[in-house]
Amino acid sequence: MLDIKNIYKTFNPGTVNEKTALRGVSLHLDDGDFVTVIGGNGAGKSTLLNAIAGTWLVDEGTISIGGVDVTKLPEHKRAKYIGRVFQDPMMGTAATMQIEENLALAARRGKARTLRKGITRDERDKYREYLKILDLGLEDRLTAKVGLLSGGQRQALTLLMATLQRPNLLLLDEHTAALDPKTAAKVLDATELVVQRDNLTTLMITHNMKDAIAHGNRLIMMYEGNIVLDISGEEKKKLTVEDLLAKFGQATGSDEADDKLLLG
Amino acid sequence: MNFLQSFVNSMPNAVGQGLIWGVMAIGVYITYKILDIADLTVDGSLTTGGAVCAVLITMGWNPWLALLMAVLSGMLAGLVTGMLHTACGIPAILAGILTQLALYSLNLRIMAIGDDAATKATLALSPDRNDLLLSSRYIRELGLNNPLLLLAVVMVVVIGLLYWFFGTEMGSALRATGANDNMARAQGINTNMTKVLGLVVSNGLVAMSGALLAQYSGSNTIDMGRGAIVIGLAAVIIGEVLLDKVFTNFALKLLSCVIGAIIYYIVITLVLRLGLESTDLKLLTALVVAIFLSVPYWKGKYFSKPVKRGGSVNA
Repeated sequence: MLDIKNIYKTFNPGTVNEKTALRGVSLHLDDGDFVTVIGGNGAGKSTLLNAIAGTWLVDEGTISIGGVDVTKLPEHKRAKYIGRVFQDPMMGTAATMQIEENLALAARRGKARTLRKGITRDERDKYREYLKILDLGLEDRLTAKVGLLSGGQRQALTLLMATLQRPNLLLLDEHTAALDPKTAAKVLDATELVVQRDNLTTLMITHNMKDAIAHGNRLIMMYEGNIVLDISGEEKKKLTVEDLLAKFGQATGSDEADDKLLLG
Repeated sequence: MNFLQSFVNSMPNAVGQGLIWGVMAIGVYITYKILDIADLTVDGSLTTGGAVCAVLITMGWNPWLALLMAVLSGMLAGLVTGMLHTACGIPAILAGILTQLALYSLNLRIMAIGDDAATKATLALSPDRNDLLLSSRYIRELGLNNPLLLLAVVMVVVIGLLYWFFGTEMGSALRATGANDNMARAQGINTNMTKVLGLVVSNGLVAMSGALLAQYSGSNTIDMGRGAIVIGLAAVIIGEVLLDKVFTNFALKLLSCVIGAIIYYIVITLVLRLGLESTDLKLLTALVVAIFLSVPYWKGKYFSKPVKRGGSVNA
């Protein structure tokens, strides 16, 4: 489903702020893979997701989604294939627009925006049903402005928007990091539910090693712009936090892992 | 008594001016409020609209057709600003200033079309010689030629069209771009295109306002649009401050810009009667806008509860 070959990205090249964030990353995801991504600050996790989403173009290498080469496509054209939830709850929704308007925008992801009605009556009924999955009472507040919702509600709504039209690839960038533990667990449950229901190919960044182990069928760890660990299948199921730390030390030859990873 | 009488006498004119500038204020609302862009093109495109309309009318064109051409000329100006901003990466405010400056030269040329002179700074129109849609001469007459009647119809059509447009898929995409362009792109909206579209629509309205103003006041002058953006902002802000809580429907939000413009002109008429020179008005307008823009900032800074921020430092 996702094929990344040898991508590089350097920010601010030729300046004192030069930073090479991706150093020849290659990654292949099969259809239905749910991959969790961990790594310390500056390891390149978010950069990898942004590279896939097309926030900017990569310096080298190729990215293809479902067989389509998207390496040179701008962000809005890749959106056809990708559903995204950001770390910042403010980023994924339009605060000054209504819940149903946000959903209607998401329902048209990747389609031409015409002069037809922005939202139809049938859609409203459909959205009301969808919102019930979240169990947050949003189904009764279709016309409320999204700005009135809590961070957790906004993230849950963004998740719903990202999957309203089945995406070829779902990108979750620490989407529970800004939430309190209880809300985070609720959003994570909703994520698991939607991913399983639609059998979505998913990349989920998390800073929580336990979550990374508990969710998905595969786990990758990034370090200094590269993937240093890739664990799947039976090995992933039996994985513990201690294992992970030990493996990280072996893979990178560094024992600074503990702090960086746990605090990251 | 004399003062009051003359003030009341000048009311219809204030309303007429307010309605015309209300069209302009709606244009400003689209860029400033919906797209979150301060577009300074309008100082130029208002005059361009007036110039194109006035020239075509003096050449004997049908006034409705002349009005349409004026709108198209404004849209073209908006397109230029939009391309400078999106395709060339120039900050929106500077892109608008560049177009506005270029339009100053162009407007002088446009007004001289069909004349021996190379450039012209004033173009007179008169209901006696020209076929006009409206004229301030008939502002106190009870008849079909009263400009308030036409302006009211224009207003209903403009607000109706915009209400429909911003409810469509394309219009919603435009609103989403202004509300959160990150989200818009993630939903597959070409935000460069929607920004250009917004600037095109906005400047089309501004040029329409200029075309109406030139006919109404009986002349188009090169300085007509100077400071127009501030007047437009004043109307938008006055409308918002007074009616934001009452008018929640989008069509009513647009109407509140028009009401803001009318109130602005009533106040202007009042201070002129009180003895202020008309040349003092720009100072007064700037002060009003500055104060109204500062109030929400001060409110947010000194009278709000701290916002709780969560989450890890970096991803």
